Amino acid sequence: MQYSEKVMEHFANPHNVGEIPDANGVGEIGNAKCGDIMKMFLKIENDIIVDVKFKTYGCASAIATSSIATDMIKGQPISEALKLTNKAVVEALDGLPAVKIHCSVLAEQAIKAALADYYKRQGIDPEPIVGKIEEHDHDACHI
Amino acid sequence: MRYVYADNAATTPVSKKVVEAILPYMTEHYGNPSSLYAIGQTAFSAVDKAREQVAAALGADKKEIFFTSGGSEADNWAIRGAAALGAKKGKKHLITTKFEHHAVLHTMAALEKQGFTVTYLDVYEDGLVRTEDVEKAITDETCLVTIMYANNEIGTVQPIAEIGKICKDKGVLFHTDAVQAVGHIAINVKEQNIDMLSLSGHKFHATKGIGALYCKKGLRLPNLIEGGAQESGRRAGTENVPGIVGLGVAITEMCENIEENAKKVSALRDRLFEGASKISHSRINGSTEKRLPGNFSMCFEGVEGESLLLMLDMNGISASSGSACTSGSLDPSHVLLSIGLKHEVAHGSLRLSLSENNTVEDVDYILSVLPGIIDRLRSMSPLWDHIVENEKQ
Ligand SMILES: Cc1ncc(COP(=O)(O)O)c(C=O)c1O
Repeated sequence: MQYSEKVMEHFANPHNVGEIPDANGVGEIGNAKCGDIMKMFLKIENDIIVDVKFKTYGCASAIATSSIATDMIKGQPISEALKLTNKAVVEALDGLPAVKIHCSVLAEQAIKAALADYYKRQGIDPEPIVGKIEEHDHDACHI
Repeated sequence: MRYVYADNAATTPVSKKVVEAILPYMTEHYGNPSSLYAIGQTAFSAVDKAREQVAAALGADKKEIFFTSGGSEADNWAIRGAAALGAKKGKKHLITTKFEHHAVLHTMAALEKQGFTVTYLDVYEDGLVRTEDVEKAITDETCLVTIMYANNEIGTVQPIAEIGKICKDKGVLFHTDAVQAVGHIAINVKEQNIDMLSLSGHKFHATKGIGALYCKKGLRLPNLIEGGAQESGRRAGTENVPGIVGLGVAITEMCENIEENAKKVSALRDRLFEGASKISHSRINGSTEKRLPGNFSMCFEGVEGESLLLMLDMNGISASSGSACTSGSLDPSHVLLSIGLKHEVAHGSLRLSLSENNTVEDVDYILSVLPGIIDRLRSMSPLWDHIVENEKQ
């Protein structure tokens, strides 16, 4: 197994690490038993993601996917963030080893979970907009 | 930047003496040991000498040493061989432990598919087998007990002589995977009642791809590799002469210095334990007393092992972990789970395995960077936040 230079770059110096105290959308996905948890903080103004930060517990690819995924949605309208796929994240990292693809799925899901939280806070049912967020139980370790 | 190699349980650098001893067997004495002309005979004599050296290191006779391609082959041969002998007598039960190397566990799984039953003994929180459990598990059907001498991840050393005695008294064959122990702790197969023992050269400064099985006199295992008449007709294939020569030199060198090395290396390891134990939410895996001199294994909560390893690597330190991400599967290592660690704790494991080549400066360098790396990973870990919050409540 080998990581691309891009993955190692983002792992060594991840972008957008931390919390946003006045975030208006927060999502957490994954669990400790599986060895990865991602938490995304969004600050949304006029349907634009003006700021995004993350905290991640997990392997190098989990940290790198969080970093690049937050780069990809920062400054973007919500509609663009909703289109972000795990495939796009993998491509942006110049590929991931097969056993690490689930990390990119987590990144996509964590962003969706944060967006769902943003809608919920406004009393809007997120499911028609964001879709279903997969519950990450232990069996889901094996995505 | 300083470079520290601290993964000697994975493999070791080949010693200078070994390199020097091996070279002529590739350039001048390259003959096939089965050939009758001079350079063949030189090679034959070298293999014979190495066999004596390996035998001497184990307290065995040279006729009881069979060279193999390494530890995995020796494990496969011993276990499959003993199972086949047992099956002939209608004995189809084997006993092992839950935390063996995959060379043993996967062989057991293959035998289970062929209709054998296997008992996997617990190893408890201290990483040690209980001799009572071994005794209780043996039945009239048991054809083999195989228990590793020392564990490759947590370094715990099993009560091999006691187990050997139990097996002898009950008339059951006893094999031990001593791949991590040979060259590092003193072994005597006769005194310890060991019937078969696996070893591997690259764990003690010989080359990769060479090992041996000790198989006591009178025990005729069926062959694993069929072909030519090498190794008294019991393991076919033209001998890996340079590898064998190196194995003999390395084992002799290690055994000459075994006590001195153990003293030095365990002092370094204890210094590491002492320093790293100051990190909060950390724990040592397995007994600190019944342990290989060079093995350090700890878990750090709230961090994930692969990230920890890669950050150590960026600081010039080569180490290892039993986290899921490094095991290539999605579960943390079976060894860490076998001693009762929760998945989330096992994911944060770190193994540093030292050798006599390491220095106090190496240890102090590791201790100068490790706490900072763990702090950094924890500062970005939501799991760490959960741990801290839960404690406040
Ligand atoms: C305990 C144990 N058994 C067996 C092996 C396999 O040895 P080899 O790599 O020589 O096949 C190893 C080494 O990885 C080991 O640590």
